[in-house]
Amino acid sequence: MRVVIAEDLALLRDGLIRLLTTHGFEVLEAVDNGPMLLAALLKHRPDVAVIDVRLPPTHTDEGLRVALEARRRVKGLPVLILSQYVEQLYARELLSDRSGGIGYLLKDRVGDVEQFVESVRSVAAGGTALDSEVVSQLLTRRDDRLAALTPREREVLAMMAEGLSNQAIAGKLVVTDKAIGKHTSNIFAKLGLPPDDDLNRRVMAVLAYLES
Amino acid sequence: MRLFTNAATGVAALVLLLALPFARRRVLAAARRLAGSDPGDLRLVAWLFVHGVTGPAALLGVVVMLSALGVIWTLRTAETSMAVTLTLSLSMLAIVSLAAGFGHLATRAQARLADLLLHPDTRVRELADAQAAELRRIERDLHDGAQARLISIRMTLGLARSAPDPRGLIEEAWESAGQALTDLRDLVRNIHPPVLADRGLVGALQAAALLCPVPVRLDLDLEGRPEAPVESALYFAATEALSNVAKHSGASSAWVRLTYADGVLRLTVGDDGRGGADPAAGTGLRGIARRLSAFEGTLTVHSPPGGPSELIMELPCALSSPKISLSSGTG
Repeated sequence: MRVVIAEDLALLRDGLIRLLTTHGFEVLEAVDNGPMLLAALLKHRPDVAVIDVRLPPTHTDEGLRVALEARRRVKGLPVLILSQYVEQLYARELLSDRSGGIGYLLKDRVGDVEQFVESVRSVAAGGTALDSEVVSQLLTRRDDRLAALTPREREVLAMMAEGLSNQAIAGKLVVTDKAIGKHTSNIFAKLGLPPDDDLNRRVMAVLAYLES
Repeated sequence: MRLFTNAATGVAALVLLLALPFARRRVLAAARRLAGSDPGDLRLVAWLFVHGVTGPAALLGVVVMLSALGVIWTLRTAETSMAVTLTLSLSMLAIVSLAAGFGHLATRAQARLADLLLHPDTRVRELADAQAAELRRIERDLHDGAQARLISIRMTLGLARSAPDPRGLIEEAWESAGQALTDLRDLVRNIHPPVLADRGLVGALQAAALLCPVPVRLDLDLEGRPEAPVESALYFAATEALSNVAKHSGASSAWVRLTYADGVLRLTVGDDGRGGADPAAGTGLRGIARRLSAFEGTLTVHSPPGGPSELIMELPCALSSPKISLSSGTG
């Protein structure tokens, strides 16, 4: 799998290169600033890009802005944004083009190597991987657009947002895959998502969740 | 009415000023009681003088204006033509409103002068105290949080070096490192939220609204950015206000409005909850007022019992020109 990395701190950049290479990724280019990132993304069109949100020259949310710009030019280009903090606002912006292939994780999660690599792969495949902190922030809201869902269905939806497969969710909740399959079809039906390919419906369900 | 009290205390101030050379200590003590503040002897004497002159003068001005009414009244009885009566009534009305306006302005100017003379030191001192307390809190958080965790990680890894099966110890160190990151993240968010640096006040308020459990309607109209300390003060005031809405108001919806006109940035946070917010009762509202006062800003609270509530924060400031959007060229 071909990947582009953007991270301005050399220590972390080298760590990411090492981590992804040992897990079978081919690192096409690793850059340390926004403009070079945009050029690299347009040139290589990688299977997935792993991007630090804060990059030179502005040292603000340059990585996010470049990712959005690149996705305007290359529809659905899979990007996984890493950050020292997460904002729901940014998660919404990333998903607003409704084309999936979005990851948004705290940098801490890189330490959980197996799960992190799994997230990178799921984003490359067009799925979503939102940090559990973004997801848990959503649970505090008093909006009732998701009121039709049962507590269990909400739980399943939250895990879908984090990028877990039905199988992984079943494992966590200690139930059968079939039971989770039933929950997910209920969720899709209640959110009014028409039959479509499963991955796309998952992204749409997550988006409905974010926008509640 | 303020005008009369000011005139009365003004006369008292004049008496004290005249008595000053004869009983310095007792006069100064009395002046402190009259001022309700102790800004230092020099400022106190200056205030006695200013207040002694302006207090009675304001009332005198209003009395002089109103006495003009008497003259007009006399003229009126001598003339009966319709046009003249109308003109005279109008001028009487003009004089009354002029006198009222003058009285109002004069008392406000007096209050401002007195504030400048009596309170500037305490305001600076309060601010410095608040800053020092904030630094102490940050130091303590670092000391008890991230620093302590890093020490424990080093100890655990030191043990792991010589352990026959280090897996458990490595796992422990790994957990601790994650916790240290969480501690640091929380700390940074409270010092200067990264989203404020990234997106300015408008973006940060959008992000804050998303985190509020009560749905928030946003109406943010701001071209350009104020200075960073101003942004920060207003942002923390707004998040405090929103957290009050979530905790105490019982509201089902809230709104945040941001406008800039005539050099004043005005932020309104309102909700349709039960009202009855009292600026004197809660430390939250006092904290907001203190944050704003550091920049000559003010907080006005409208919160009748039964609601709705509105907090209006106004802060004089200049805006920098709108940020130029990110260049997408290569380089």
